[in-house]
Amino acid sequence: MKISDLELVEGFKVVQPDYEDTEIKAGYTSDLLSDVMANAGEANVLISIQAHKNTLAVCKLLDIGALVVCNGRDTDEEFMDIAKRERIAVFVTDFNQFKVSYLIGKML
Amino acid sequence: MPVKNIQLLQENSPSILLDVIYRSKIKDIMATKLVTAPSTVTIKEAKSIMKEAEVTGIPIVEDNEIIGMISIDDVFRAIDGDYMDELVLNHMSTDVIVLEDDMPLAFGITYFEKFKYGRFPVIDKNRKLVGIITSRDILHELLFQLNHEVARLESEIRSDNDPDLTTLKEVFKIKKMDFANAGKASNEIKKLLKDRNFDPKFVRRVSVAAYELEINIAIHSDGGELEFFLDKKKAVIVARDSSPGIENVELALKQGFSTADNTIKSLGFGAGMGLPNVRRVSDEFNITSELGRGTIVQAVILIDSQEGS
Repeated sequence: MKISDLELVEGFKVVQPDYEDTEIKAGYTSDLLSDVMANAGEANVLISIQAHKNTLAVCKLLDIGALVVCNGRDTDEEFMDIAKRERIAVFVTDFNQFKVSYLIGKML
Repeated sequence: MPVKNIQLLQENSPSILLDVIYRSKIKDIMATKLVTAPSTVTIKEAKSIMKEAEVTGIPIVEDNEIIGMISIDDVFRAIDGDYMDELVLNHMSTDVIVLEDDMPLAFGITYFEKFKYGRFPVIDKNRKLVGIITSRDILHELLFQLNHEVARLESEIRSDNDPDLTTLKEVFKIKKMDFANAGKASNEIKKLLKDRNFDPKFVRRVSVAAYELEINIAIHSDGGELEFFLDKKKAVIVARDSSPGIENVELALKQGFSTADNTIKSLGFGAGMGLPNVRRVSDEFNITSELGRGTIVQAVILIDSQEGS
């Protein structure tokens, strides 16, 4: 699947649509950024409640192309600016991390 | 006296050494937790105070001014002479030699060579007692400083000796609690490597190490810098900060151990994975730290390494 396929998931809202539409082979679910750094592996989508600049820094370092922000967490303007500049796709959903992982997992 | 024969202050001493002993001030090295006694205590009481405080000598103070020193040697003499119940006033050494807190470490070394005392009280410019220094404190400081200097020299030698080898050297300043920019240095390092078409696994390992060290400086220190070297064989990241130092390095390297507060944890940091992550991706990992003096972490990642990413 591709990142753009996430736009079709019901309950997902794309809030940063200007991204590089790369292939998703795996995902990673975690709210601990060091855990993401250590274990995200080949994941290209990060499922997390952490929606701040450092999450984007981690995505960039690990070549993660998409971030799904769970539990309807807010994203601020600066965050969005960086996501746009780095062309990282950002989705927001009211679902929790488990539900999101399930929804994306079954699409893989 | 261990310091006496080391002969640090020679004309032909290496300039780095002289630099260190003139740069460090007595006040940076002295113990500030003071145990003192009035002259009205008995020698026996003074002995108990020393025992409890685990020190071998205490300044005798009157109206905030030192009027003498009583040491474990005086106690031994009192045992021999059987006058343990007499007041320290009559048996303390009164020709007290003091150091001033603004003096360089070099003065301290000279004093320990010149006078045969195990410790010197330290006063400030108002002649108020502010600390006490032992030869052990000095040795400790010297070892710590020299360790830093050797690490620095080694990295300089690496780059100076063979200019062809050092293909890159970058230094990034990291500010305390500057989360807005945290990740910037590591992303720049990543870009430098990516632009040179390095193996993605190597790039990732360097990125992980750089990121964790960068975040550590921002979270835990009062600010510092991240140095990045790259040559044909390896990438070296040196993270350096000036304080506050790590209380227990072994514990800090343990997965899951963290001293971060809840604000930091709510941002997804402070899970106790930072240093273990760095060590895991590194082929060579060194850390030196001392409370109040700072921390240096060096991570070496070989280009042709089979380590896990």
